[in-house]
Amino acid sequence: MAEELMLEIATPDRLVFSDKVEMVTIPGGDGEFGVLIGHAPLLSTVNIGEMNFNKDGKKTYYAVGKGYVEVTFRKVTMLLSAAERADQVNKEKARKSKEESEQELARITREDEAYGKVKDVLDWAEARMKAAEKA
Amino acid sequence: MPSLKDLKTRIESVKSTRKITKAMQMVAAAKLRRAQESAEEARPYAERFNAVMADLAASVGGSDTAPKLLRGTGSDQVHLLVVMTAERGLCGGFNSNIAKLARNHAHRLQAQGKTVKILTVGKKGRDAIKRDVGDLFVGHVDLSEVKRLSYADAQGIAKQVLTSFDAGDFDVATIFYSKFVNVVTQVPTAQQIIPAQFDRGEEETAATALYDYEPSEEAILAELLPKGVATAIFSALLENGASEQGARMSAMDNATRNAGEMIDKLTIEYNRSRQAVITNELIEIISGAEAL
Repeated sequence: MAEELMLEIATPDRLVFSDKVEMVTIPGGDGEFGVLIGHAPLLSTVNIGEMNFNKDGKKTYYAVGKGYVEVTFRKVTMLLSAAERADQVNKEKARKSKEESEQELARITREDEAYGKVKDVLDWAEARMKAAEKA
Repeated sequence: MPSLKDLKTRIESVKSTRKITKAMQMVAAAKLRRAQESAEEARPYAERFNAVMADLAASVGGSDTAPKLLRGTGSDQVHLLVVMTAERGLCGGFNSNIAKLARNHAHRLQAQGKTVKILTVGKKGRDAIKRDVGDLFVGHVDLSEVKRLSYADAQGIAKQVLTSFDAGDFDVATIFYSKFVNVVTQVPTAQQIIPAQFDRGEEETAATALYDYEPSEEAILAELLPKGVATAIFSALLENGASEQGARMSAMDNATRNAGEMIDKLTIEYNRSRQAVITNELIEIISGAEAL
């Protein structure tokens, strides 16, 4: 068996995931990228979206919030504002949050100070819904 | 010599005090468990964040283009002290220990001719150092309405700190809080957050200089460093929360025990006086009977 990649996902309030995996796909700031063991050291931003990793031939999906990822040869460390496993997403809550932020967005303009924040909430809700479908 | 009635009232009053301290101890114990859990769950994020920042600092820290948050402003004339304490008292030496540490630090800096500014978080610390260094206060953060600490609270404080840093109000920022070791030990700690400082382990430093950055080094640093400040403050808040409950629990445990001792002592005294009164009465009756 080939050596495996260590993946750690941490959010401010807890360590979400920490185990060996085979491959990780991450929604980076400059587009999605995959990481296998032996990847060149990289520091990247993470966009709101969905990530997944292969472990024992099975794919697991996570909805992720903004953050950073540090890749070294053997280890991937993700520091995120939020992360939720796809099969643990509360769909009802995500849908509600999506509707609310959509209404909010319709009310304010792009120049508004709160625009970015509300947009993030909307993206996060959409990411969760999308991830939930793949669970 | 107090009368029987006085003693009885005294005993009752101490008993109700013991009830209160006992209840506070149990509440603190329940809260402690939760606070300790959240402090421990948050540690991995803070640790890893620090590791990433330390790597970054090692690779870009020396250069002149490094951001100010990492490199400092090049001077250390104006210091900002962020003093984080509890909103409530009755927790032993918790608040006063932090206040003492901060006060000494402030005096030392002043003795060196530096300018000191103080931002307080939590009412008790503010009250404790107001008389001494109250004229140095530049702001106060009130967390008394917060039931459960969240990252957003820390971000609020961080934003306040960063805005004034950007405005050039200070050169060095230090946070004061109490590190939670266990229920009986909490260590008042001072930690410098701007410019960022890291305790480097013996981990490999050589490989870290070779990072690829995506999108770009500057873009990442510009976002990462302010977040590091928020993360440091968040973990300090959580440690503080756990420390506060731990300190309160042991303080209330002591108080309950002392009240128990006091009750025992007073009860003995009460019984003695009661016996004395009875003996007196008996003597009076007997001598009365003898006189007949």
